[in-house]
Amino acid sequence: MPTVAGRDPVSPARPGSSASAEVTASAEVTASPVSPASAGGPGGPKGTPPVARTALEALTRRPLGFLRSSWPWRSLAYLLSGALFGIVTFTLIDIAILFGIPAAVALGMLTIAGGGLVIGRFERWRLRLVDTAPVPDPHGGSPEPGLRAWLRVRLGEQSTWREFGYTLASLLALGWIDLGVLVLAGGLPGMLLTAPLQPGSPLPLGLLLAVVGAVLLPVTAYPVAAWAGARALLTRVILVPRDAELIEVVRSRARLVDAFELERRRIERDLHDGAQQRLVALTLSLGMARLDLEPGSPAAGRVAEAHEQALLALAELRELIRGVHPKVLTDLGLADAALDVAGRSPVPAEVDIVLPVRLPGPAEAAAYFVITEALANVARHSRASRCRIRGHLAGETFVMEIADDGAGGADPAAGTGLAGLADRVAAVGGRMSLSSPAGGPTLLRVEIPRGDGPAG
Amino acid sequence: MRVVLAEDSVLLREGLAGLLERFGHTVAAAVGDAPALLAAVEEHGPEIVVTDVRMPPGFADEGLRAALTLRRARPDLPVLVLSQYVQQAYVAELMGPGIGYLLKDRIGHVEEFADALERVAAGGTVVDPEVVRQLLARRRDPLQRLTPREREVLALVAEGRSNAAVARALVVTEAAVAKHIAGILAKLDLPPAGDDHRRVLAVLAYLRGRD
Repeated sequence: MPTVAGRDPVSPARPGSSASAEVTASAEVTASPVSPASAGGPGGPKGTPPVARTALEALTRRPLGFLRSSWPWRSLAYLLSGALFGIVTFTLIDIAILFGIPAAVALGMLTIAGGGLVIGRFERWRLRLVDTAPVPDPHGGSPEPGLRAWLRVRLGEQSTWREFGYTLASLLALGWIDLGVLVLAGGLPGMLLTAPLQPGSPLPLGLLLAVVGAVLLPVTAYPVAAWAGARALLTRVILVPRDAELIEVVRSRARLVDAFELERRRIERDLHDGAQQRLVALTLSLGMARLDLEPGSPAAGRVAEAHEQALLALAELRELIRGVHPKVLTDLGLADAALDVAGRSPVPAEVDIVLPVRLPGPAEAAAYFVITEALANVARHSRASRCRIRGHLAGETFVMEIADDGAGGADPAAGTGLAGLADRVAAVGGRMSLSSPAGGPTLLRVEIPRGDGPAG
Repeated sequence: MRVVLAEDSVLLREGLAGLLERFGHTVAAAVGDAPALLAAVEEHGPEIVVTDVRMPPGFADEGLRAALTLRRARPDLPVLVLSQYVQQAYVAELMGPGIGYLLKDRIGHVEEFADALERVAAGGTVVDPEVVRQLLARRRDPLQRLTPREREVLALVAEGRSNAAVARALVVTEAAVAKHIAGILAKLDLPPAGDDHRRVLAVLAYLRGRD
């Protein structure tokens, strides 16, 4: 997932700094979604060559390893089953032709329409012969019982129509190509091997040819595995659409982020309504106790100490709540929360956020924590004299830029903070990019969809 | 002083009532939500109102809205608002003579709180140091011209302190404070102001000028 990188500095180089010495070192911070295909399948231990997961992968291994593995046989079985299936079906239609063309067409249509779903399932099932990655069913469940409901769901699905198309292609071409590859690949070695059995040929020559045929036989494994692998790839692309899996992965991530967000808010609320109120009341009681005690007495000293401790605890709890999910964000939204953060920043920060609507909770929180982390980084590393936070809605996207006039050279790989934030932003469907050439300035840009992210 | 108190947390409400009584005030009514606050003020005619911002039923800014309503009906009614965090927008809308805006954590500093209450009741303006700090952090260009000592003085002035109080806090003479203040007002192009609270308002108006 590429993002904008190498963005031009927002502000001109500071006076006195040499423009020619500016080194552009831009970095990208994105989180790429987990590849669904890597979720299963046999995986070799690290350090040794990983086990091949498909016939095509197996082809690239050393010849001895490939030929001794089960992959040539699995490829053969895959093509044979494909060819036989094609032939059998086609034969059935041929027989129907004997009863007239209309009957044949009717049978063909019936096979495709009625058999599409079954054949799709069969193709996905036999895919495991040459492709060990998981093969999820692309069909959704029927919301209500009954044949009509089931039909309505199936006919509305893209997967169903893909299966019809694939069945047509399978019957008309793919089955025959399977057969053709088998015949062409196995034909020459087969003929050579059976040479001694040919009537009329001299036996020594026949045996020689048979030996040549035996040597050539393993070579046939290559075209067979190659076509089997290619056909499996075709099957996967058509019958196991990748998009569905990807969207599902992203959606489940969004759900997870939502759940975390809810939990954080609950914790914040509990701390705020419970512990914080009690601590305020405690500092109040201790403060009053201080007034009542005789100044200079041992008890007064103790109570004074307890009072100071309680005040510190209250300040720490306030900080803690801010880290979990700040109250001002819950109540007033991003713009006010940004002002609150900027007001506490050691490096002067100017806030210019124009946001006529509230963003969804997780998006709002992600943007907020980007601001806190960015300002913390500015204060810790940048040696900047000021920074600026700007945010606005561009269409359906909230775009926010945090720029400082510091020394630059921020490395997302070095600190975990930025990378973690990029994950958080990615989980709400947004992206984050950073430009921080050595010598500065640094610009952090975040784009977050205004809706509910990919889940919406 | 007769005080009407509004705070939804029972624990804090009782603590605050105890505190007010400890300093010799009378709590005419202690209520837990905004409608009850309006009714209690109507009934008891207090000399000062102390209210939380966030209260039932909406847990948003009911207390603040109630304070604004009360001020519209009785512009000279002193109101001390307690907030969980700084709400910049409201600070601007609310501030005026006889208004205090303190963060809740400040209650623990008992004497400071009691002192703030007295000043608000006397028609002064009291702003939480944190609010002032945030406003100072945002307005800086002309403020850069101030010396560090002048900025310290400005922060204390913005909190509503008198020259004498500023002098005590910074351990300098009142004459020195007066000199600093004259310097600040000149650098910020503010007209020389007589009494404390007009001066506070001028400073606050300046600080939030770019909102």
